[in-house]
Amino acid sequence: MSHPYDVVIGLEIHVQLQTESKMFSWCGTEFGLPPNTQTDPVSLGMPGTLPVMNRKAFELALKTAVALGAEITPFTKWDRKNYYYPDLPKNYQISQYDLPFSTGGWLDIPARKDGGGGSRCALTRVHLEEDTGKLTHGVGDYSEVDLNRAGIPLMEIVGEPEIRSAADARGCLEELKLTLRSLGVSDCEMQEGSLRCDANVNLHIHKDGKTIATPIVEIKNLNSFRAVEKALNYETERQYKKWLEDGLTIKDSPKTTRGWNDAEEVTKPQREKETAADYRYFPEPDLVPVVVDEEWLARVRASIGELPGARRERFQTAYGLSPYDANVLVEQGDDVADYFDAVARDTSEYKLASNWIQQDVLRSIKDKKQAIADFPVRPDALADLINRVKRGELNTNQGREVLGRMIETGDPAETVIELGGYKMVSDSGAIAAAVDAALAANPQAIEDIKKGKKKPEAVKGFLRGQVMKQTGGKANPALVGELLEAKLAELLA
Amino acid sequence: MSLSTEEVAKVAVLARLRLSPEELQTFTGQLNAIVDYVAQLQEPDTTGVEPLAHGVEVRNVFRDDVRGEALPREAALANAPKRNAESFLVPAVLD
Repeated sequence: MSHPYDVVIGLEIHVQLQTESKMFSWCGTEFGLPPNTQTDPVSLGMPGTLPVMNRKAFELALKTAVALGAEITPFTKWDRKNYYYPDLPKNYQISQYDLPFSTGGWLDIPARKDGGGGSRCALTRVHLEEDTGKLTHGVGDYSEVDLNRAGIPLMEIVGEPEIRSAADARGCLEELKLTLRSLGVSDCEMQEGSLRCDANVNLHIHKDGKTIATPIVEIKNLNSFRAVEKALNYETERQYKKWLEDGLTIKDSPKTTRGWNDAEEVTKPQREKETAADYRYFPEPDLVPVVVDEEWLARVRASIGELPGARRERFQTAYGLSPYDANVLVEQGDDVADYFDAVARDTSEYKLASNWIQQDVLRSIKDKKQAIADFPVRPDALADLINRVKRGELNTNQGREVLGRMIETGDPAETVIELGGYKMVSDSGAIAAAVDAALAANPQAIEDIKKGKKKPEAVKGFLRGQVMKQTGGKANPALVGELLEAKLAELLA
Repeated sequence: MSLSTEEVAKVAVLARLRLSPEELQTFTGQLNAIVDYVAQLQEPDTTGVEPLAHGVEVRNVFRDDVRGEALPREAALANAPKRNAESFLVPAVLD
């Protein structure tokens, strides 16, 4: 990464809140219903109707802001953002301008295996507004307007322009999704539009000891986490090439908007919107302000459980997991992390539990597109199996085989072991015999060590495998290693 | 405080109003009369007075998150100037 520039990214994120009814009226919020079947006079913007705030929407937003460490504004009000667009039936959007209900806060981007991440994304503000309708283009000379979405509670999270890479921008969004799902605030499905993201990006180019900023571009139409990362990488390269060509800086050119085209994997210029001053914000007379007192805040704080960031920490400190393992378990969501916690209550072999959950459990539920709640091996049953391995009843490979059978049959470990004749062989006589048989079947192995043709460790590894094979995979691996070493020492002396 | 015809023309564009040159003159005069009238509010000394966020002294009005019946689609679309079976139709919007 020896580019002569820094990338500067700021995210603007919209999240639909998980409520039964709309922000200011009673009709439903379900996704995917036929167009215009989820409206009422308020969300259609009928004259004479009045909005009434949904308490749950406000509380979900409050919960989010508190969880993100934001400062809660004790006195907050609503404003009208005026613009004419067919997706906005009232010709104004109820939003928050100068007194948003929260300011500041942050998200910690988890460290990645490639060494990236591990940084903090500071937030500017979180505010509450209503969603607009949906326009579908390309019906001859007309566009279709569907107002099912109009009036769904929408939380806008504005991040500081402090993100330094496309991968970090993606990391920040993924962490937000994980956190909001854990809080029960939103399902954050980018494909369904319940999480939407616009990204502002420009470059700080270093040249002759000076820093030159390129014009800011806002990227829209980002409909997946992958698209966010790809579009930002594309736009970074495009801006650098463009600067090499025309040398234009932030002083020469105002902010422009470009749309991400997922099929072509490029950004394309979009029509300019009116600037902020032209929205002619003014206080919304139809909604009274909201005062949040200490008692209310205390209630909200008490309703917040352990967040993903804290859980990663605990998995490392309480269970001794690596940051990577802790993250894999946590990033699957609360269900999987809860499952691990439940297993860890009944066994102290945390590392083995973490490995098997990551490998066998997660693969199985992914293959079957299953929720972990429906996974046939319950945490206590998995812990029981792990404890049998720990006690030496089974070796690790046998344990995984038994787990495979438990997943297939739903039977407890005890039944699978009995029916399948799984039992670790720890009888020295039997294993010594297997060692002899393995050596007899592979005479070249000793020769290879003697003549220095192969590294002794490689040959020993091969022989251990052969001994295991002789015992049908049932031998105690520690004992196999011990007896094989002794025998080899004898032969090579 | 006085609005120029350029400012009034800009507000007209934002409000999607097409004004003839004569109308622009008329409305500039009328709007200025209104603005000047309201400008009397700038005369009292408001030093130390808290800005008013809302005209009524009521706070925290909420409704419970309870879902009610949606309008039948036919009723929702009844006043549409142009529509098809499912949606409102507007002149093509291209992004």
